[in-house]
Amino acid sequence: MHLSLALVVSALLFGIGVYGVLARRNAVAVLMAVELMLNAGNLDLVAFDAWWRDTMHAGQVFALFVVVIAAAEVGVGLAIVLAVFRLQDTAAIDEVTSLADRDPRVLADAAAEVDG
Amino acid sequence: MTRHGVTVADVVFGLLGVVCLASALLVVTARNVIHAALWLVACFGALAGCYLVLTAEFVAWVQVLIYIGAIVVLMLFGAMLTRAPIGRLQELDSHNRPVAAVAGLAAGGTLCALVVSAFKDGYVDVHHAAVGDGKAVGTAIFRFFVLPFELASVLLLAALVGAIVLSRRTAH
Repeated sequence: MHLSLALVVSALLFGIGVYGVLARRNAVAVLMAVELMLNAGNLDLVAFDAWWRDTMHAGQVFALFVVVIAAAEVGVGLAIVLAVFRLQDTAAIDEVTSLADRDPRVLADAAAEVDG
Repeated sequence: MTRHGVTVADVVFGLLGVVCLASALLVVTARNVIHAALWLVACFGALAGCYLVLTAEFVAWVQVLIYIGAIVVLMLFGAMLTRAPIGRLQELDSHNRPVAAVAGLAAGGTLCALVVSAFKDGYVDVHHAAVGDGKAVGTAIFRFFVLPFELASVLLLAALVGAIVLSRRTAH
């Protein structure tokens, strides 16, 4: 099997994940796109493991560690999303701006000036 | 391109890769979060097939058990508990989709060009590869990667405690 086939699939999957993270507004959908990017990395690790014929199976073991970290990330991430939803009644990431270094009223005034 | 022809493994991997990429596209474009999570199942299933073609049996079954069995179910829980918008595109996607499409295409295209130019002669001999079954991967973990393995278990415990603390309702 050609190695570049696996690498191209992985690269395209990563690109789709980048698009999903940037284009999605719902926090759960953003987490799904992050999972796509993690899986692209996993596919690369497994492909290089098979290519090197690694007797230590380092690539496959690293892929397992990535799965573990993804599970931890989803657990904590969804807990944060649920906590934000309980506090602010929204799961849209661009509405959670209370920690941003800008005042929404100032932004609204600036937008009104531009419009007017 | 190389001296190797197209083999059965190439064809199977190509088909699984097409299924995986198509369902991944549906994951990031579906208007319904529940549908996106279900397309995620299809994507991860095809990826598990890709791992099987690449002789990584144990990783393939872990992919099915952890990703499809646990992570997607967690996603569905999260989507339902946050009452995710269903059927309204403008609620689910932000307004910077063109910029996101450019960034995604740039990342994917650059990576594709890079890996094709760097590894165009790479060939995986799946018939003589060291098969990554449970015995081989378990031996590798407990012989060479014991410390990272223990660290991963501590990380999972910390994440578990953190998730419980975050989602606990505090008394008002």
